[in-house]
Amino acid sequence: MTTPSAADGARPASGGRAPSPAATSPAGRATQEPPLLELRGIGKNFGPVRALSDINLDIPAGKVTALVGDNGAGKSTLIKTVSGIWQPDHGQIFWQGRPVSLHSPKAATDLGIATVYQDLALCDNLDIVQNMFLGREPLKHFQLDEIGMELAAKKTLADLSVVTVRSIRQPVGSLSGGQRQAVAVAKAVMQQAQLVILDEPTAALGVTQTRVVLELIDQLSSRGIAVLVISHNLNDVMSSADRIAVLYLGRLAAIAPVEDLDTASVVELMTTGRSDRTHPVAGRAAHASSPLGSGPGSPAGGGMPGGDAMGYHRGEAP
Amino acid sequence: MSTETHQPPESAEHGDDLAAEAAQTAAPEVLANSLGEYTRMQLRRIRSGESGALPVTIGLIAIVIYFQVRNSLFLSPGNLVNLLIQGTPFIVLGMAEVFVLLLGEIDLSVGYSGAVAAVIMAWAVFTVPWWVAILLGLATGAVFGLVFGILITRLRLPSFVVTLAGLLGLQGLMIVLVARSGHGPGGSIPISNKYIDDLTTGNLSPAAGWIVMVVIVAAAAAILLLRDRQRRAAGLVTPPVSVTLLKIVVMAVAGIVVVLVGNADRGTALVALRGVPWVVLIVLGVLVIWTVLLGRTRFGRYIYAIGGNAEAARRAGVSLNLIRTMAFVLCGLTAAIAGILLASRLGSISTDTDGGQLVLFAVAAAVIGGTHLFGGHGKMINALLGGLVVAAIYNGLGLLGLSAAATYIVTSLVLLAAVTVDALSRRGASPT
Repeated sequence: MTTPSAADGARPASGGRAPSPAATSPAGRATQEPPLLELRGIGKNFGPVRALSDINLDIPAGKVTALVGDNGAGKSTLIKTVSGIWQPDHGQIFWQGRPVSLHSPKAATDLGIATVYQDLALCDNLDIVQNMFLGREPLKHFQLDEIGMELAAKKTLADLSVVTVRSIRQPVGSLSGGQRQAVAVAKAVMQQAQLVILDEPTAALGVTQTRVVLELIDQLSSRGIAVLVISHNLNDVMSSADRIAVLYLGRLAAIAPVEDLDTASVVELMTTGRSDRTHPVAGRAAHASSPLGSGPGSPAGGGMPGGDAMGYHRGEAP
Repeated sequence: MSTETHQPPESAEHGDDLAAEAAQTAAPEVLANSLGEYTRMQLRRIRSGESGALPVTIGLIAIVIYFQVRNSLFLSPGNLVNLLIQGTPFIVLGMAEVFVLLLGEIDLSVGYSGAVAAVIMAWAVFTVPWWVAILLGLATGAVFGLVFGILITRLRLPSFVVTLAGLLGLQGLMIVLVARSGHGPGGSIPISNKYIDDLTTGNLSPAAGWIVMVVIVAAAAAILLLRDRQRRAAGLVTPPVSVTLLKIVVMAVAGIVVVLVGNADRGTALVALRGVPWVVLIVLGVLVIWTVLLGRTRFGRYIYAIGGNAEAARRAGVSLNLIRTMAFVLCGLTAAIAGILLASRLGSISTDTDGGQLVLFAVAAAVIGGTHLFGGHGKMINALLGGLVVAAIYNGLGLLGLSAAATYIVTSLVLLAAVTVDALSRRGASPT
């Protein structure tokens, strides 16, 4: 996404209202590895309800992508589709450029997609090491390899600069919310996750704890791990994300670098699905860049009308 | 832990502390270099709800002192050995309960599972070698556990109800089996096999008692020291040497006391009776094997995980149904051990066996010992300590000539005290 992002940045400067999408596309493709995860035309119906329709989204490695949207916008559905809990009805998922089928949570985990849910899925009665290795404990002489586990857990926590934990042999139930989040993330990292999905990681945290988690997110992306964060807290999103994807009623209302958006425009996108008060060009360009980044299979971007910001939806619809 | 606010690394006023703490990420636990520090850490653990075996140990000591003051026979070797043998069913059934209590389940049927297992053994020993009979009895208990486990996991029935049905049904089965056996008079099957009798009534020779004790203590000490050394070699936090040595000393003293008590003559004026009973070794063996299973294997780890957060365990790929069913199988198996030991002590198995009372004492033993009723917390040693408490009350009140009613009432009060201690310490632990 670096190239499209750079292009996004260039467009407002040039003042051009309708840059040629086609011009950036080949360049972008030529110099760019395929993004870690690409969603192409993802749709999901629950009976007559269209929870998701025609989602085109790239998740590049080493970037923090925030996924925002009002309640019912489809955030959870999208996350669950990526983590293999639900299968999309339409569209295709590419992992490192290859089409994949995420037919089960295990399939997603095996690829390297780790999802840290709100309830964290930690056992309060087990200590940090035991939680980090739960379900994949190494054995030595037919017994649990406690020393090996403790060393590996210690190293992962140290790599992530999680220094506030007093003892990695204390039960997780005695940790603060931020520390628990850190343990859950460290667990994902230790399992060699390449994409870490965080579901409302700061929802229940105080100010300092939130800062700890945001730093952890930075750590992840600086290690080349792709991060997808769902959050309601726009301050956190603005301070930690590289890119923001806004969902509105099951559609991708916008995907743009964080520099091109401000809180007001994001709120507007979340609540109305469009924003015409800020950077209309940037917003639209960013939007246009999404299908462009996809390359083959997504001609929609080319057919994008050059109208005002209202074009968000129309542009996406096939 | 719970009361502290963790500063982010950049907060200036805590810079030094944090640097120190960061350095300790390599060894994050506050390194206890001395006995004093270790004691303080333990106290903090207790305050944070990980009281473990401490309250029950203190309670046991208090109960022993009380009964000894009231009746000086209480601590006589003869009575102590008697107490140990009396306590065996409570202890072993308590261990059976630990498996399912850790999952947050309960098994009300263990008393009669054990009794039916004993009936099968008593029946079989007329025709097959004693050890085959014992294996058949053990298998019986395991099968009951398997059936309950399958009903509970596959049909998602509550364990309380399934095993309550088991309690009733197996009591009926026991009565039918004893009546149909056609052995002996009335409602009992006599067991006249020397080996099975010796499980509880046989004793080691005094010399053998010392040798076995020394071997066990030496092996345990070697394991403790070796584990410490491996941890130290890996650069991990290791308990201070003084603490490990203290543990070894405590084990050695306990071993010496048991052997001294066992080897003292507790016979009559005519016949000397001395030696550590076999049953002590059997209970110890069960304790060690189940402790290793719970503490050092994936199966054990998953039991704790399911008891703590079943959803987390499921997401981690743990097969909940398999582990739960296995726990009930092991519970039934352990119940069968208890039933066989009970039959061995009584020399027969009769329809009077009160499995309903046994199971209540067993759950009481596990909970008094510190096992949590809602899963996730507890160890096998808790059942041993809790079982000793129950046995001490049972035995001591008997010595004082008090009625069965008093035993029930006192046991209930101790049980209430135990859960109160647990609940209070846990309240202090609730995270911020």
